[in-house]
Amino acid sequence: MFKLLGYMKSYKKEAVLGPLFKLLEALLELLVPLVIAAVIDTGIAGNDRSYVIRMCLLLVGLGVVGLVFSITAQYFAAKASVGFVSRLRHALFAHIQSLSYTELDTLGTSTLITRMTSDMNQVQSGVNLTLRLLLRSPFVVFGAMIMAFTIDVKAALIFAVTIPVLSVVVFGIMLWCIPLYKRVQRKLDGVLSATRENLTGVRVIRAFCKEEEQISRFDSCNQDLTRTQKYVGRISALMNPVTFVLINLAIIWLVYTGALRVEAGLISQGAVVALYNYMSQILVELIKLANLIINITKSVACGNRIQSVFEIQSTLAEAGHAPQPVSSPYAVEFSHVSLRYANAGGDALTDISFAARPGETIGVIGSTGSGKSSLVNLIPRFYDATCGQVLVDGVNVKEYPLDDLRSRIGVVPQKAVLFKGTIRDNLRWGNPDATDAELLEAVQTAQAGEVLAQKGGLDFELEQGGKNLSGGQKQRFTISRALVKHPRILILDDSASALDFATDAALRKAIREMPGNPTVFIVSQRTSSLQHADQILVLEDGAVVGAGTHEQLLESCEVYQEIYQSQFRKEDA
Amino acid sequence: MAKIQKGTISKVWQYIRRYRLLLILSVLFAGATVAMTLYLPILIGRAIDLIVAPGHVDFPGIRSLLLKIGIIAGCTGLTQWLMNMLNNRITYHVIRDVRQEAFGKLQILPLSYLDAHPSGSIVSRIIADVDQFADGLLMGFTQLFTGVVTILGTLLFMLSISWKITLAVVVLTPLSLFIARFIARRTYNMFRMQSQVRGEQTALIDEMIGNQKVVQAFSHQAESLAQFDEINNRLETCSLQATFFSSITNPSTRFVNSVVYASVALTGALMCISTAGTATPFTVGQLSCFLSYANQYTKPFNEISGVITELQNALACAARIFELIEEMPQIPEPEDAAVLEHVEGNLSIQDVSFSYVPDRRLIEHLNLNVQPGQRIAIVGPTGCGKTTVINLLMRFYDVDKGAICVEGKDIRNVTRHSLRSSYGMVLQETWLKAGTIRENICMGKPDATDTELIQAAKAAHAHSFIQRLPQGYDTVIGEDGGSLSQGQKQLLCIARVMLCLPPMLILDEATSSIDTRTELKIQEAFSRMMQGRTSFIVAHRLSTIREADVILVMKDGHIIEQGNHDTLLAKGGFYANLYNSQFAR
Repeated sequence: MFKLLGYMKSYKKEAVLGPLFKLLEALLELLVPLVIAAVIDTGIAGNDRSYVIRMCLLLVGLGVVGLVFSITAQYFAAKASVGFVSRLRHALFAHIQSLSYTELDTLGTSTLITRMTSDMNQVQSGVNLTLRLLLRSPFVVFGAMIMAFTIDVKAALIFAVTIPVLSVVVFGIMLWCIPLYKRVQRKLDGVLSATRENLTGVRVIRAFCKEEEQISRFDSCNQDLTRTQKYVGRISALMNPVTFVLINLAIIWLVYTGALRVEAGLISQGAVVALYNYMSQILVELIKLANLIINITKSVACGNRIQSVFEIQSTLAEAGHAPQPVSSPYAVEFSHVSLRYANAGGDALTDISFAARPGETIGVIGSTGSGKSSLVNLIPRFYDATCGQVLVDGVNVKEYPLDDLRSRIGVVPQKAVLFKGTIRDNLRWGNPDATDAELLEAVQTAQAGEVLAQKGGLDFELEQGGKNLSGGQKQRFTISRALVKHPRILILDDSASALDFATDAALRKAIREMPGNPTVFIVSQRTSSLQHADQILVLEDGAVVGAGTHEQLLESCEVYQEIYQSQFRKEDA
Repeated sequence: MAKIQKGTISKVWQYIRRYRLLLILSVLFAGATVAMTLYLPILIGRAIDLIVAPGHVDFPGIRSLLLKIGIIAGCTGLTQWLMNMLNNRITYHVIRDVRQEAFGKLQILPLSYLDAHPSGSIVSRIIADVDQFADGLLMGFTQLFTGVVTILGTLLFMLSISWKITLAVVVLTPLSLFIARFIARRTYNMFRMQSQVRGEQTALIDEMIGNQKVVQAFSHQAESLAQFDEINNRLETCSLQATFFSSITNPSTRFVNSVVYASVALTGALMCISTAGTATPFTVGQLSCFLSYANQYTKPFNEISGVITELQNALACAARIFELIEEMPQIPEPEDAAVLEHVEGNLSIQDVSFSYVPDRRLIEHLNLNVQPGQRIAIVGPTGCGKTTVINLLMRFYDVDKGAICVEGKDIRNVTRHSLRSSYGMVLQETWLKAGTIRENICMGKPDATDTELIQAAKAAHAHSFIQRLPQGYDTVIGEDGGSLSQGQKQLLCIARVMLCLPPMLILDEATSSIDTRTELKIQEAFSRMMQGRTSFIVAHRLSTIREADVILVMKDGHIIEQGNHDTLLAKGGFYANLYNSQFAR
């Protein structure tokens, strides 16, 4: 949590002024009893009505000044806490975006989302409370203790014992609760993912009439959360009663000691009253402090969860400056590349070597799970090869700054994802400066022209996740998006799967005729999509079992023959 | 606005009511706690009165009073703890109930609602809003209760000393409530605004973090950060407003209190002066007692107004949840809804018209009769509305005009459960629940034996890869399939249908991401499965299309041609074009 406070830097002034004005207000409050004493001693005792009136006006005056001070304090506290969290959110969002695929795989998105949202809100209200109140209570507590010492040192020693004991209780309960609040948040994550899952799978759930089962699963997560919340509640509910009992025991002790001291003629009855008043004042402040600490504890727990995301660093080390261009006959080259995912038992890719010349079309084919996507994911360096080298334009991908590398490569991922906004906004992901003419050209190449016209052009608003498009429509726009980049290397990761044959064929034709002559990687299950590729890589269990042209492979590669046969029979039977 | 709030409060009450017994107990404990808390100073005062001067200290009296104080303090601690526990219990149970109800509601909302609302904002309602609501509710309980009881208690103690000054206090104090209400009313909208922008931000976070891989693939981090910042800045502005203006309440009411305090001092002191020497003088002791009670009385007033601002926020959140809970559910099943039994696969679509938005007509006057065992292939260019037909068959959406009948029964008159379980469906977008492989496959038939399970998995060619997973069928897969490949997920979805084998099938481009070798085997299994079963296939593969009994050719949401392969080809229309273009290289 405390490392996060760096984001408070630009609100230093507010973070100091807020509590400061709060202390000034507390000081004014401490003056009030003095004024009342004056009313009693001078006003009433001297029968001076005008003095009484003047003093009471002074009380109102103190109130007005206090009001101004505390509104000022509230403003600074609000400004600092809101601003702080706003910066923190910005930083966390940026940080999450800097994580590599490996970390994203491990963390999972729903946790990240809770941290960006509800954890942040907790931190905001915690910081606000802290700035407003955290200094004030200890100030009053210690102020009262000092006053007690000026009255009678021996009796004041009771304060010196009571305050540490109370602090131990308060902080003990607090320390006990912090890990428990973490557990509550984890359970809340469970409820969150149950909800998300339900929403994403709504069609299947309803098709299988699984509503009841979903409800009971949600209920058990929910119940689990409630149980944990109640457990934490039981412990944090101890704080107030325990402090109350302790302070009253201290008062009993104080009164008895006071009685002995008075009997011995060391202090007066009035002094006992004063000491008692100070003790009560401490109680009031401690209760406030305890409540405050419970809230702050929660926020610290949330803050720590946020902190822990900051602590995860991307495992992709990025080169600081663009590499020296090297002249190489190959656009992409793999040399003895192996890949093993984090926490995985076996290799996803083993000893892959091949080279692609500029402008060539490389087909990648193989069974489900044979490592086709893993292979192409290495080119834009979504993952780092565990062994071996991946070279783009003759330079190891690790030597490029990521932006530089990825700006050369257009990727159309397997899962067609589009974002809320107009189609134009979405396509400009490829190139923010693209003109409408360029966008339309890409749309035509991706065979999305008809869909675009039907939807009413580039200004058509997509819903979140592109929900108002069908799977095939989405795929075409994700292809257009990659084409807008004018990439040197284009990767189509099984991205024509939702397209019908006619569209698929037209798409391939259009891409072949595209200006700029990019190197194209087509991952596909269909031999028909790859037939005309300059080189086809046949993958099986993460290894290349065949490489060559369609004709060569038909001659030599058994796996390829099988694949071809299975489709040939199907399509031309 | 006040009306909305009132409505929300009464809705919240509906939930709290279930725990009235606990609530009553909590009120009782609160009363006991406050009474004892107020009584303690009196006892202590009496003890102090026994300490007069050297030689005049009544030690036995002090001892017995101190013992009493100790016992009462112990009891107070106990009742306070019990009260806290009860309040926790009520709050957490209420929000559990609210979440439960909201989630239950999700199950019966029409798909049109879920398709139209970003899932992030729905999630944010069920998670973040409910959480905020809980905070407000808990604070309301712990502080509102004791506050009210303290006010009443102090009032009694004050009345016992002087009714005149009490009157002054009682008349002036509501001023602070008035101010608090005034501010609360002003800030309610700010909180609503904050809540709304927060929802917007959550939706963006959901989208950008959820699809972070795509964001990175396009090096789009800077742009999405800029987009985020735009909302973040707006949120900062509304958040600052809501936080600051609501936090003015506390200082303002405290100011009112100091005015009250000053007027008690004034009237009290003047009374002291004027009644001095009379038979019943107003003593300095009584004045100081009064002042301390005036403080006791006004403090909860401050707290209450603080709590009220917190409650404002909570209510704004609650309103958003109730909005979801009260959303129109899908059309309920008629009381006498029939249960579809012995479905053979007779299906007829009679003059059906349908559109998602009223002014954009999609399907019009569609007629189709399907005999048991027939295969219907739905063909057409991408995005022609093929999934719409599925939405209607499964009754995810209701038809606007006409009727769809299964076994002669209008599907609106049969239970959704029996209708939907008559279909086996494999959608293009695979979805798996978090859980084991076994649980996923057995979704349609929870009581399946291991033999049946393995048989189905084998038929879907999923058995061999499942076996290679670390824990075989008991391997736990994460949310949305986790580490499985798209193709493997699809195999599992197929195994899921293979296991329960309903009389009718809907296959939506089911085999799109499975390699053809596997697919071929699946196709064979499918053919076996489709034997004697009415099947609707959103088809891309020629072989499937050719074997279909009826081909529905769709374009732009309309069904433009209908017939079998040969007749359609002979017709030389859109289908013939489409078919010929397959071979265009």
